[in-house]
Amino acid sequence: MTPDLMSQGAERLEKHKFKQVQTSASGDRDASFSRIHQPGVLDLTHGRILYLEDVNVSFDGFKAINNLSLDIGVGELRCIIGPNGAGKTTMMDIITGKTKPDSGQVFFGSTINLLHHNEPDIARMGIGRKFQKPTVFEQLTVFENLELALKTGKGVAASMLFKLNGTQKDRLSEVLHTIHLENDLLRQAGNLSHGQKQWLEIGMLLMQDPKLLLLDEPVAGMTDQETERTAELFLSLKGKHSLMVVEHDMAFIRQIADVVTVLCDGSVLAQGSFDAVQVDERVIEVYLGR
Amino acid sequence: MTNITLPQPVRLLSPLGWTVFIGLLLFVSLLAPALNLWLPVSHPLHMSDFAVSLVGKIMCFAICALAMDLIWGYTGILSLGHGLFFALGGYAMGMYLMRQIGTDGNYTSELPDFMVFLDWKTLPWHWYFSDSFVATLLLVVFAPGLLALVFGYFAFRSRIKGVYFSIITQAMTFAFMLLFFRNETGFGGNNGFTDFKRILGTPIATPNMRMLLFVLTGTCLLGCYLAARWLVQSKYGRVLQAIRDAESRVMFSGYSPLPYKLSIWVISAVMCGIAGALYVSQVGIINPSEMSPANSIEIAIWAAVGGRATLIGPIVGAFMVNGAKSWLTMVAPEYWLYVLGALFIAVTLYMPQGVVGLLGSLKQRLQAGKGESS
Repeated sequence: MTPDLMSQGAERLEKHKFKQVQTSASGDRDASFSRIHQPGVLDLTHGRILYLEDVNVSFDGFKAINNLSLDIGVGELRCIIGPNGAGKTTMMDIITGKTKPDSGQVFFGSTINLLHHNEPDIARMGIGRKFQKPTVFEQLTVFENLELALKTGKGVAASMLFKLNGTQKDRLSEVLHTIHLENDLLRQAGNLSHGQKQWLEIGMLLMQDPKLLLLDEPVAGMTDQETERTAELFLSLKGKHSLMVVEHDMAFIRQIADVVTVLCDGSVLAQGSFDAVQVDERVIEVYLGR
Repeated sequence: MTNITLPQPVRLLSPLGWTVFIGLLLFVSLLAPALNLWLPVSHPLHMSDFAVSLVGKIMCFAICALAMDLIWGYTGILSLGHGLFFALGGYAMGMYLMRQIGTDGNYTSELPDFMVFLDWKTLPWHWYFSDSFVATLLLVVFAPGLLALVFGYFAFRSRIKGVYFSIITQAMTFAFMLLFFRNETGFGGNNGFTDFKRILGTPIATPNMRMLLFVLTGTCLLGCYLAARWLVQSKYGRVLQAIRDAESRVMFSGYSPLPYKLSIWVISAVMCGIAGALYVSQVGIINPSEMSPANSIEIAIWAAVGGRATLIGPIVGAFMVNGAKSWLTMVAPEYWLYVLGALFIAVTLYMPQGVVGLLGSLKQRLQAGKGESS
């Protein structure tokens, strides 16, 4: 190293320091003012992964969603309950881009307006959805189902030339293990039991590595043992992912819930811990009737 | 974490598959010409000119059936308009062959006969490049390809599915048939193109040229099969099947179905176009009746009879149905359409997997039987 190079290096270091001082100075404003807004990148600095505000949807005059406002924290496991027709599935349709609301705002993180995106975009940005009725690719094997869901290039050319690499193989094995289907990976998905299909679909969500999981009745049709294992799985996902679980199985909800939101007639009726919600008069009223 | 052995990627063809494939390639490209051209007519193994033209024709149909399998069998989109793409490829080739007639036509004019008959003085604009063979080859690919691209884009973007899509494709081919029937369109009206003399300057109706076209068609069919096989075995092919089985899941897995449907639709149309070009060079005639709705439906029947989503099935189906057709139209021509209809109903009701699927399940049953007895 020559003295010449050393002095050049020192000069550059000096410049760099100066630049850094410049960029970090926020001029006494709130730090968020100087944050760079990158389109399409999830911004979680406010600790909220999903905001719904004053959302309205009506189908032929029937108000399925009525001034619904709801927000979900980063890493939170939120349970949604409510009587039939309360708008739970419609809410998921709105979040995933399947249904466009008549009015209101839906934000993913602080910056991504979900109303401007379609279903595949929203899925790629990190919202995974499990349907009420298990929906897997029946003619393909368990392995192929998971491989398709893998987070990777989803374009035509990328798919034509796709080959699993080592990391992806590890991820696949990990998920297969998590969903207890490692012995069935060559079975056709259509031949799995109902509970196994539910698991496979959850596995497909995990392969996408989503930030937010929307799970519509994930334990419907599962045996008690399978339900137990699902509860364990969800609790282990909490923290790493944000989850929104819609379920009718109260025992299951009790097992996993921190915060329960009760939907009724398209808006939030009550929200709080499971025990608090359970004794809420209005909740008892809509569930039992007068 | 336990170690799980993940399945290896599937090979394009198994060793047995490759053997059969190369065997067929050799048969088509070497043995068939030898049997037809070199063996004397009296020899028992001689391949007659009739057989050459029949098999050559059926191989063109088999390419169409293969194309239909990609879009219907694998992607679940039933097209009843594939005959149009076939005819467009055929018309592109036909234009070139018409120009190759030169001044040998009935009217000894530079213009094709039907234009002289209509008292046209110059070539219409869409005939400008028809004397170039290269431009013709491009047209064979791009005419059906572009039409499919535009039509498919609007249809798939509007999420038109199922029977509605089938009906629209059927209407499309019918509309084009009416268009091509008109003399003003400049494609010879209801007579179409015929009476070809030369291709690339050499006479087209010689045994050697017929054999050359046969070999070309055969290799093209095998090539298309290999390409289709590659497509279907890649992840792309699995996304197509996923679209067929649960399109909403595909969308929520982050795939946009439009480019997938559109690409396979265009690939399928182009394959049909190529088949049409080969067909017209061999049979020596193309007219708007090739665009009639019944022709497109027949393509679907070949695929259904052979077995959807098997690739090999539709090829087998094309050979079986067309073989039966050429025999029956000689023996009892008036019954053919009834037989075809009955065949379609029987296949849909009793063997939804087609002939190949039936053989597959028989084989499985046999193996299961063996397993029990041993």
